[in-house]
Amino acid sequence: MGGYSGEELTAIFLMQGFSGLSLFCVFLLMALGLAIIFGQMGVINMAHGEFLTLGAYITYLVSYLASDVWPSFLDYYFPVAIILAFLGAFVLGYLVERFLIRYLYNRPLDTLLATWGLGLILQQVFRSVFGPREKSVVMPDWLMGSYQATDMVDIPLNGLLVVGITLVLTVGVFILLYKSRWGIKVRATTQNRTMANAAGINTERVDRLTFALGCGIAGVAGAAFTTIASTGPTTGSLYIVDTFLVVVFGGAASLLGTVASAFGIAQAQSILSFFLSGSMAKVLTLMTVVGILMFRPQGLFASKVRR
Amino acid sequence: MSTQPAVKASWMDKFGGRGKLIQILIIGVLILGVLPMVADIFRLNLYGKYLTYAFVAAGLVLCWGYGGILSLGQGIFFGLGGYCMAMFLKLEASSPENTAIQSTPGIPDFMDWNQLTELPWFWQPFHSFTATLLLIVAVPALFAFLIGFAMFKRRVGGVYFAIITQAIASIMTILIIGQQGYTGGINGITDLRTLMGWSIQTDFAKYVLYFACCGGLILCLLVGQFILNSRYGQLLIAMRDQEDRVRFSGYDVANIKIFVFVVASVFSAIGGAFFTLQVGFMSPSFVGTVASIEMVIFCAVGGRLSLIGAAYGAFLVNLAKSSLSESFPQLWVVAMGALFIAVVMLFPRGLAGLVSDYAAPLRERLASRFGRKAPSNPEPVPAPAAPETRQPATRKDVAVGSAQETHG
Repeated sequence: MGGYSGEELTAIFLMQGFSGLSLFCVFLLMALGLAIIFGQMGVINMAHGEFLTLGAYITYLVSYLASDVWPSFLDYYFPVAIILAFLGAFVLGYLVERFLIRYLYNRPLDTLLATWGLGLILQQVFRSVFGPREKSVVMPDWLMGSYQATDMVDIPLNGLLVVGITLVLTVGVFILLYKSRWGIKVRATTQNRTMANAAGINTERVDRLTFALGCGIAGVAGAAFTTIASTGPTTGSLYIVDTFLVVVFGGAASLLGTVASAFGIAQAQSILSFFLSGSMAKVLTLMTVVGILMFRPQGLFASKVRR
Repeated sequence: MSTQPAVKASWMDKFGGRGKLIQILIIGVLILGVLPMVADIFRLNLYGKYLTYAFVAAGLVLCWGYGGILSLGQGIFFGLGGYCMAMFLKLEASSPENTAIQSTPGIPDFMDWNQLTELPWFWQPFHSFTATLLLIVAVPALFAFLIGFAMFKRRVGGVYFAIITQAIASIMTILIIGQQGYTGGINGITDLRTLMGWSIQTDFAKYVLYFACCGGLILCLLVGQFILNSRYGQLLIAMRDQEDRVRFSGYDVANIKIFVFVVASVFSAIGGAFFTLQVGFMSPSFVGTVASIEMVIFCAVGGRLSLIGAAYGAFLVNLAKSSLSESFPQLWVVAMGALFIAVVMLFPRGLAGLVSDYAAPLRERLASRFGRKAPSNPEPVPAPAAPETRQPATRKDVAVGSAQETHG
């Protein structure tokens, strides 16, 4: 660390911290959906990354249409893209639950294999439709540029947007799960399926909506993702292992834990990567997480669900 | 749990009875006799490569099918075994005479390119062939023991184990690619030519290595059968189905799991070592998460409850993979994905399940028609649900985890 003045170090930490924040947002947006699906339903959705990719491609399509067909719309397309991305992923998730997942409850390891297969197929579909090259969206003008906090600290606007989306979505999911009637049903189903059934909750429907919602959130994650990186057919699958680790590390079924562990992993990786090579930073972070999990297998925030 | 208790114990019962031994014999005849006769050496070498995955699949049958522990990190052990072998071969290829043009002769070329001037300490033991052979087994076994010990003693299992092993596989790949100077990076360890002065690239050598690989596989299958039919095998199944009862009977469940995980890892490592010998290089692409999960599908297609089925599964899936991906690379990815879904949804007991559902009853019918008693049939006769209607195994009779499943 020699050679940097204190002020420079602070600036480095702030800026690396912010780039870590972008990574944190991607992790969290993906992990939110995963945590709902895994934590609440015990289903391992290995195709979750592909739902993110789907959302990203939908955003790409919308931006493409906006810039080609209706340029005056370009400034405003993004909210529309987010909604469409959510809907697209939601519908696909709904269908997947209806035709695949619901036959596999009680066999979590098999959901893992089946959804991995689904992910492979989706990747190939993306590759055939959009081509193997990475696509970037046309960004509206107001997302370009950066916010100059001090002389040395420079914060890109698109990053700020992603942080904003993440915040809104996380709070939304919290409210949905802990303050809404639907959330009560979901939590009741998680805690005791038989009793929930007996109390008149249509648990099958709850499952289907939960899964679809988790996928929909991944779609929004994809829309947000397009503003900070370009999208290829395998974009989503690059994050899937890390995100699962985030969910497990946070303690399944604990949203707060998911937020904390996404933050910790992303920040550690990003700040370490300034001092080490990127790959070593990742190795060190993941190894630490695996190490901690060996001593604390229930994750950071243990859930109180009986299993 | 054998279907009919033998009156007199025969040595064959230690391996699951005569039927199982005959099935292994058939595999032996197929891979040692038929394949070498019908295939040229190029194809045979490919087949040998496919068979190295059968080691992994057999390990997964023990660990996943019977132990209920899904490891998504078998690529780690395949890679460790393969890399150990590759390191030995690489050191031999990098003798000071061969590498005289390097700035530091006597070390592997990729180290020289990465400005290393000295052989790292962990490469030192690989000067000796005996040590290498030992390490091929010992390193993965130790690693598996550590992972297993840390996780099973704390009762981490099921999904968590799968995710964590997958993460370890991912870490391993990043590490190998990142530490280029020590591991050869993304290209892996290439340019392997001789084994103790004996070229491994000639046709004759390829034949020898192929036969050695087949021999090793048959040995592993026998060991696997022996384990499954021992008292330990009974415990393994009991633990998979009713873990708490086994624990309350006074057994340390964690030790049972650790042992089977170590055995599976050693099988994988042996496969990996044969892979390096036959293919002539080792790279991180055989270690990572994708490779590891593909290994699971080899096992699932063959039948997660049948060692012998898994060997066929590994061979057939790889055969399909290379023939399909040669002509339609895009189709293969979709086919692979569909295979994952189909094997889970439609035939969870894999090829072996199909055989025991259809072929075995047929054989019995034929036998009874000719007025003979059916040959001692160790296959679990399918539950008398509806053998006549001949439906494919639907999700109702998915009995993968149920106690009525017989082993073998």
